[in-house]
Amino acid sequence: MYHRPMNQAKERNSLSVALVGSGGAGVVTVGNLLLEAAAVDGSYGLMRRSAGPQIRGGESAALLRFADAPVECGGDYYHLVIAFDWRHAERFIDEIPLTAASWVLHDPAGGDVPEPIAGSGARLMPIEMQTQAREIEYGRANMIALGLVSSITGLKLTNISRIVSRSLATKGEDAVAGAGACIARGADIGRSLDIELPIPIAQGGVDDRWTITGNQACGLGALKGGVRFAAGYPITPASEMLEWLAPRLAKTGGCLIQAEDELAAVNMIVGASYGGVPAMTVTSGPGLALMTEGIGLAVASETPIVVIDVMRGGPSTGIPTKSEQTDLNIALYGMHGEAPHVVVAPVSVADSIFTVQWAVHLAESLQTAVIVLSDQLMAQSRMVANRPPDVGFITRRVTAQAGAEKYRRYALSVDGVSAMAIPGTTGLSYTADGLEHDERGTPSTGSQDHLQQLEKRAAKLSGFDYGEHWADIEGHGSIAVLTWGSCTGAVKEAIRRVAEQGVAVRLIALRLLAPLCTQRLNQALEGANRVLVVEQTFSRQFYHYLRSQVDLPVCTQCLARPGPLPLSPGEITAMLMADEA
Amino acid sequence: MNPLPDKSHPKVYKSDVKPVWCPGCGDFGVLNAITKALASQRLPPERVALISGIGCSSRVPAYTKVYGFHGIHGRALALGAGLKAARPDLNVLVAGGDGDGFSIGGNHFLHACRRNMDMTYIVMDNEVYGMTKGQASPTTAPDWTQSELTPSGTHARPFQPAAIALAAGATFIARAFSGKPNTLAQMIVLAMQHPGFSFIQVLSPCPTFRPEQKDWKNIIRPFAVDALPTGDPALAALHCQRDDGMSTGVIYVEARPVWRRSNMQEVAIEDIEREFRL
Repeated sequence: MYHRPMNQAKERNSLSVALVGSGGAGVVTVGNLLLEAAAVDGSYGLMRRSAGPQIRGGESAALLRFADAPVECGGDYYHLVIAFDWRHAERFIDEIPLTAASWVLHDPAGGDVPEPIAGSGARLMPIEMQTQAREIEYGRANMIALGLVSSITGLKLTNISRIVSRSLATKGEDAVAGAGACIARGADIGRSLDIELPIPIAQGGVDDRWTITGNQACGLGALKGGVRFAAGYPITPASEMLEWLAPRLAKTGGCLIQAEDELAAVNMIVGASYGGVPAMTVTSGPGLALMTEGIGLAVASETPIVVIDVMRGGPSTGIPTKSEQTDLNIALYGMHGEAPHVVVAPVSVADSIFTVQWAVHLAESLQTAVIVLSDQLMAQSRMVANRPPDVGFITRRVTAQAGAEKYRRYALSVDGVSAMAIPGTTGLSYTADGLEHDERGTPSTGSQDHLQQLEKRAAKLSGFDYGEHWADIEGHGSIAVLTWGSCTGAVKEAIRRVAEQGVAVRLIALRLLAPLCTQRLNQALEGANRVLVVEQTFSRQFYHYLRSQVDLPVCTQCLARPGPLPLSPGEITAMLMADEA
Repeated sequence: MNPLPDKSHPKVYKSDVKPVWCPGCGDFGVLNAITKALASQRLPPERVALISGIGCSSRVPAYTKVYGFHGIHGRALALGAGLKAARPDLNVLVAGGDGDGFSIGGNHFLHACRRNMDMTYIVMDNEVYGMTKGQASPTTAPDWTQSELTPSGTHARPFQPAAIALAAGATFIARAFSGKPNTLAQMIVLAMQHPGFSFIQVLSPCPTFRPEQKDWKNIIRPFAVDALPTGDPALAALHCQRDDGMSTGVIYVEARPVWRRSNMQEVAIEDIEREFRL
């Protein structure tokens, strides 16, 4: 197991529950039902997913954490583990840290408790979930577990029953009745155990709360931003976003094409956007690698596109089902030639809505390619969130109107943006080109045209006012943490913990990775004499990128780890407190 | 849409950009045929989009006055498919060469045939890579030794565009000769008016790297069978296989449902957001 320095001082009031079992055992189903039931009871929560490569029979874990305020990361340790079986446990056991205070309820039919679990000091309790389920008509072990967890955590059984009936409605009355009987049996067992691990409940009504996954949030942000065409090729862990979008694009007057490959997908969205329709593709690392030439075409031809990359472990096929932040370099530097473009990243599951909506706005306003970096951790996590406020980005592409005199598609302008004629506009036809061109779009190999168009494409991005959205900044301490993406949640929690110990730390979580707002970043760093860079990579890509762009204090450290093990608040707290002791 | 006057002239569709093509290049004939086909349909230039990839022939959009996109090598069909899906109201033409369409873009060719979107694909086939100075293409004969890259030939069986289009599901397949621009123009009109994916392989000589193709004008002839065009794929396959690849005409026409986007009842974003509420 990974041995990591941990500082758990003042861990927030939360409850972490892990459900593990072979793929097909239904752990994700139970996890979703638990999250929903807890949300209806008034708790906030987050469910992450850890899965193996197999569709059936591989390992699978639903990792839940509940609290009385929105949860944006996993906790340091798990309070409760429900294990149906231990198949391939070695592949995910690192992701479920335990202490002597933890409870492990395991089905003895699922095999012996593996050494790392048994040796953790956690309290073990065999529960014959499969046997119990077999005694009930249409019984399933995962529903026994649902009842068990509900009674241990104090969830209202009436809410559980209602949610289960609704979600199993399509499977018929027998299935619902069987599940109900299993939940009651599980709850009875739970009550007999004398284990109480209550789920924290938040104040206030739940009417304005949502449950949403990162993949759904990205899709919703795209729709809100005005995307009405998407093309994509199936890839883990991004396919769910395409599947969510396909029917909803059709319902909002748009369409989605399943392309023959990623090369086609990116070129299809360039074609659609050339036709005047805001367009997007969704992929993961290997797909992004295939798309880079097409993204360069969007930059050169000044065609707005949005590319969402749901990062996973790399290189090559890597770890398709687990998270990493290692596509930062390819997103920043992947294109050949000099192709200024925008790279953004959401800082939480719920922020994916805002960030993608903003990405569409930036692409359309700047007539360039915008890459959004999500990752498996965020994309496949489901979060209970307060209903996000509507943001009023009016997607505005500067278009040329019929009757324009001496139209030049790539005319040099003060802000670098030139009016785009949409096919169908009389008298303004032009040829968009990936070849270097003059202001009219006519191919040119001349040094003057090349320099002018390079300057034009760069000026669009460097002169744009990105406003306050470039980063999330909190606090004023002399210590600053620089981070991005899915690391942000754990960093925020660590900062709150050290604040309770009297150490003020400021957070700078970048939403706009490129172009980097160096002036604003320098301002945000003013007065900070110690900086900690936190990222989920092996080679410290983010740290090196920041080093190349801004002067960081001499006392700058980097907490970096490759996937799939997310950085925990306790580890970040330990790092922050190291010099304060 | 404002239809043009009856006597619309092909010149209306030509731009003032001078082609990069060598003197005697077959692609001049194809450019003429395209503009003639548009003129004869009296299509307003702004209702037409001509999409291409990379190569000598892919330069064609800039030489016209319709909306054009000169994209990247091999991806013209994807670019065109995205445009057509987003803008079904436009007449989408995709054009390029044999390397662009059958080698680097071969996968998109197969899937464009299958998808049967309402667009027309014109491939100017000269059996050579011209822009990179004379390498063998997928349609080059296996024993052609004039390229330094393959000094003893490719030893690979030439790609058979019509037969492959047929197997992949294209619903309009034709072969033509750039030296007969009027016939080609008529064929382009038929292709554009065909509902679904229409494919025309145009034999278009390269006088620079394949000077022997100057003789094509003496070899190329119409298909000598009355059976064509046919809607029977087995019959079309038979004639494709029996032919030496130098017979011209419409080979295959099939009425098959055209790709279309689903037209659902429109809902507002707020309705979609409702699914996330507890």
